[in-house]
Amino acid sequence: MGVQKTALYDLHKSLGAKFVPFAGYEMPIQYKDGIVKEHISTRTHAGFFDVSHMGQFFLEGDETLVEALEKIIPSDLKSLKVNHSKYSFLLNDDGGIIDDLIVTKTNKGFCIILNAACKENDIKHISKFLGKNHKHLLNNDLSLIALQGPKSVEILEKLIPGVSELKFMTGNNFNYDSESLYITRSGYTGEDGFEISISNKKVKKLIDFLINNGVKPVGLGARDTLRLEAGLCLYGHDLNEKINPIEANLKWAIAKKRKEVGGFNGWNKIKNLLTNGSEKIRVGIKPEGKVIARENTKIFSSNGEEIGFVTSGTFGPSVNRPVAMGYVKSEFSEIGTLIQLEVRGKKYEGKVSELPFYKKSYVK
Amino acid sequence: MSEKKFSKKHEWVSLEGDIATVGITKHATEMLGDIVFVEVPDAGKAIEKEGQAAVVESTKAASDVYSPISGEVTEGNKTIVDDPGSVNGDPEGASWFFKLKIKDKGELESLMSKDEYDKFCKENPN
Repeated sequence: MGVQKTALYDLHKSLGAKFVPFAGYEMPIQYKDGIVKEHISTRTHAGFFDVSHMGQFFLEGDETLVEALEKIIPSDLKSLKVNHSKYSFLLNDDGGIIDDLIVTKTNKGFCIILNAACKENDIKHISKFLGKNHKHLLNNDLSLIALQGPKSVEILEKLIPGVSELKFMTGNNFNYDSESLYITRSGYTGEDGFEISISNKKVKKLIDFLINNGVKPVGLGARDTLRLEAGLCLYGHDLNEKINPIEANLKWAIAKKRKEVGGFNGWNKIKNLLTNGSEKIRVGIKPEGKVIARENTKIFSSNGEEIGFVTSGTFGPSVNRPVAMGYVKSEFSEIGTLIQLEVRGKKYEGKVSELPFYKKSYVK
Repeated sequence: MSEKKFSKKHEWVSLEGDIATVGITKHATEMLGDIVFVEVPDAGKAIEKEGQAAVVESTKAASDVYSPISGEVTEGNKTIVDDPGSVNGDPEGASWFFKLKIKDKGELESLMSKDEYDKFCKENPN
């Protein structure tokens, strides 16, 4: 398979996008304004992101579908109400994270949004647990647009009345241009906003409307700085198959009931870690001064013992300082712990910090 | 100051007496994007032609800045260390990286003129 393009490729080009190969797709890393301006305009106004490379995976079936999915997803899917979404993950036998995802209960089953780089493998994995009467479809006829920022609701409400009534992590069907489309109030920036699932045929029209209403295009570069300020994980960097949800400091995403009863992949391991804690854990990191501790930067204790490594690091335009996330030995995970970061052979001071770095403003 | 000379690694140098001023080009800043971190060498550091001399980081990635000529650093530009974003504004003027006492003026011969550099950038867009 050659390099894939989303339905908006030509539009990105006309907006001055710089493209990078990402998960088999040619994706815009930034547009003319550049990462910092795109980041700031998302935080202060609104930005749109083409995330159509992500997998929109639809599952249909009877109650046995819920049972099948609960073996690999540690959410309380049985109790999940129609049009409600949860952040969760696909787990392997060892409790390692195969992918992180958003699962939404639909009328007929579930919709799962999968990471672009993982989607093929995810579907293979999920399929192993499905029965004959469970239908599934990776819908490539749909684009996915994230509209993020404080002005998102006001702007989208003008085009699609009713979206302002959605609460964070819920969704619904709406009519647009004589077509039904699915919108959730969610995102990956720490801002209020929406994710709009819309046919490839209509997506250009939607984007034209957003642009005409002052919404700026935002590339993968600013998507990364926004999500890192919001303390959100990026699969393949902060999460992978060798890391489990407890180590990733994501135990909040395992449903309470599932933590008690288990019955999902890696449960033995996770049960043990829930009781005893894990050896290492994901933390926020604030390097001192302006130095940027990027992925794979080694972390040392103030005594010089190597205690971990950075998994994401950049400059946060809204917090106006470098920020990072990484894994440290659990005894060094307390907020405020002084650490050292080895950048270009030199050690710089840093501190274990609270996450998120940037305060969220979700509508609950 | 003398006419600027340019390297294939997108640095510029201009000479006043035997003191050379070195910075990164406008083209380089456009490729890098928003600059958020700069490290410049301390006075007294000896640097070889094409040797790593400074660091520049954008939101995307970190890059080394090489010296187009050999010499001893007389000054690093602290202004850009304190305000890295200023490099995007005036990379070929106020936002120079470091000055050095040039060792061999002959080294300038191997560098490109403005016209040659512009042509080089067109032929090597990345």
